[in-house]
Amino acid sequence: MSAATLRVALVGNPNCGKTALFNQLTGGRQKVANYAGVTVERKEGRFVGPSGRTLQILDLPGAYSFDATSPDEAITRDVCLGRYPGEAVPDLIVCVADATNLRLHLRFVLEVRRLGRPMVLALNMMDAARRRGIDIDVAALSRRIGVPVVETIAVKRGGAKGLIERIDSEVPDIQPSPVDQADVDQLHAEVRAILAATVTTARDNVAIDDAIDRWVLHPVFGLGILAVLMFMIFQAVFSWAQPVMDAIQAGVTGLGTLVTSTMPEDSALHSLLNDGVFAGLGAVLVFLPQILILFLFILVLEESGYLPRAAFLLDKMMFRVGLTGRAFIPLLSSFACAIPGIMATRSIQDPRDRLTTILVAPLMTCSARLPVYTLLIAAFIPDRTVWGVFNLQGVVLFVLYFAGIFSALGVAFVIKRLRKDKSEHALIMELPSYRFPNVRDIALGLWERALIFLKRVGGIILALTVLLWFLSSFPGAPEGATGPAIDYSFAGRLGRLLEYVFAPIGFNWQICIALVPGLAAREVAVAALGTVYAMSGSDDAVASQLGPVIAHQWSLATALSLLAWYVFAPQCMSTLAVIRRETNSWRNVAVAAGYLFGLAYLASLATYQIARALS
Amino acid sequence: MRLSDAPKGAQAVVKTVTDAHPADPIAQRLRDLGFVAGEPVRLVARGPLGGDPLLIQIGSTRFALRRNEAERVEVSVEGAA
Repeated sequence: MSAATLRVALVGNPNCGKTALFNQLTGGRQKVANYAGVTVERKEGRFVGPSGRTLQILDLPGAYSFDATSPDEAITRDVCLGRYPGEAVPDLIVCVADATNLRLHLRFVLEVRRLGRPMVLALNMMDAARRRGIDIDVAALSRRIGVPVVETIAVKRGGAKGLIERIDSEVPDIQPSPVDQADVDQLHAEVRAILAATVTTARDNVAIDDAIDRWVLHPVFGLGILAVLMFMIFQAVFSWAQPVMDAIQAGVTGLGTLVTSTMPEDSALHSLLNDGVFAGLGAVLVFLPQILILFLFILVLEESGYLPRAAFLLDKMMFRVGLTGRAFIPLLSSFACAIPGIMATRSIQDPRDRLTTILVAPLMTCSARLPVYTLLIAAFIPDRTVWGVFNLQGVVLFVLYFAGIFSALGVAFVIKRLRKDKSEHALIMELPSYRFPNVRDIALGLWERALIFLKRVGGIILALTVLLWFLSSFPGAPEGATGPAIDYSFAGRLGRLLEYVFAPIGFNWQICIALVPGLAAREVAVAALGTVYAMSGSDDAVASQLGPVIAHQWSLATALSLLAWYVFAPQCMSTLAVIRRETNSWRNVAVAAGYLFGLAYLASLATYQIARALS
Repeated sequence: MRLSDAPKGAQAVVKTVTDAHPADPIAQRLRDLGFVAGEPVRLVARGPLGGDPLLIQIGSTRFALRRNEAERVEVSVEGAA
């Protein structure tokens, strides 16, 4: 690092617009990683100031106080103090405060000032403050707290110009602030004194929030609005994404054909690239549209201030079963895929609540289960109307979805009962003012999610797919063999072995083999079943031909048992890998895989035995 | 009166935050967030299920507090004893 580089740390309360300011300063030049050894997100970016000096900006997690109650806050405190291993002490602290919410934010500003480090106060959302009739005497404020104060509007182009000029100018003239010792009451008294001397509010500035909250948090209408929103999101995720998903599937397959067209068809390299690499790549990429659409909604709802309201509405219900209202967002994401869902648990600051949410997230019916459900339902459930209005196939799908949700609530409840730490963990959640989402921040957020998903999951799925391709291709069939080649491979032998375990729940050896590649991604099981039944063609073609074949060969009990299995089974290596990453513990992976496997086996055993007894 | 028992919409003033047990981190956090003597607070809304959690406005900030969190805050309501 050159001596000319200035290290700047952004600190501030949650909801102060710090991340928007960070985006404004650094644009797309960001590096998102984790702090060493923990799963708190570390965001860093850099830009060259007007003077030619490089400014390196670190976006620290939002904090209400240095009296840390969460891992996030502890990191913010330790980095500011230069106590965090591997992080250099920042040359300058930019403390960001929401100008419309100074009563709360100024207290943290004073706490930061006590550190005695060079600092600048960025008064953010000055435009909103003016609109609400809040008049701040910036010069007087700067004199009172003894640090330079600049106005910023993080969501407006050029809104950080003053801040850039300030931090790019010579730093030494920013004197370390006076250190004082004050208890919490004195600190608040100081805040009140400063506010009284520097801020005048023309009118009650929460009228808009009051008007919206009256409906959004209404016991009846509020829940109604939430239900309608959720319904719309699900519609969008499943209907808008389909054309793009088809296009991606076709594109990857086409690319694979193109790349491998010059190779001999029976070569191992051809098979590896086609069946291993490109099939694996397609299996990952195909979920990107759904994930992006879901995250588009989540980001818009989050930026507008609605999501904490949804958490407010649902907290009581979720608390009863041992979760928290904050778990709503990650569990919602898990309907697209458990991986972004588990990643979204980062918004739950309490480690205990977060772990419970991570452990139950795989029970939400992710979109990868749909191909399997669709195949089995179409093959075994008659397409007829029940109770006058409902389609029996639709009812079964609905039951499968709700089986997932109810079992998640049940498992969370059991975890609550089992855990030794029964102390009270707080909700205390800020409901920020409503605001219009900023297009730039939404776009950057989506870009970030897409990159994280592709990097983390792409690597894992690709590696496993290649490994499973190897297992199902070698050793090849001996001369004069009559059965399908997969019979003689490692995967085939594994399937035969597994049959001893799975016979009681009605799985034949073909299903057992399909379960093996299905470990990489659930929907691969459909293609694998196709291979086992010695068929060829694309996934869709296999699915449509496979239906009649299994309808003929399997009993209804076996099909129902496999459906029950898929509600619970931990058949997704990438989910387990993300649990490992996000909790930093193999033990949690073992717990998750163990209980999911146990539930899946028991559910399938019960389903198979009952269905057989009844038929 | 406890903040959790305050009537909806009524203006109240914080008297004190009491620790539910020694070194209560939740009480400490509430004080950090501005629940200190003399601050005006208002119970804006109650959750739809069993009236929990509570939406509390302090200054221009709104917090969702569970009932047992709000029980730690002692307030006096204008026009009430």
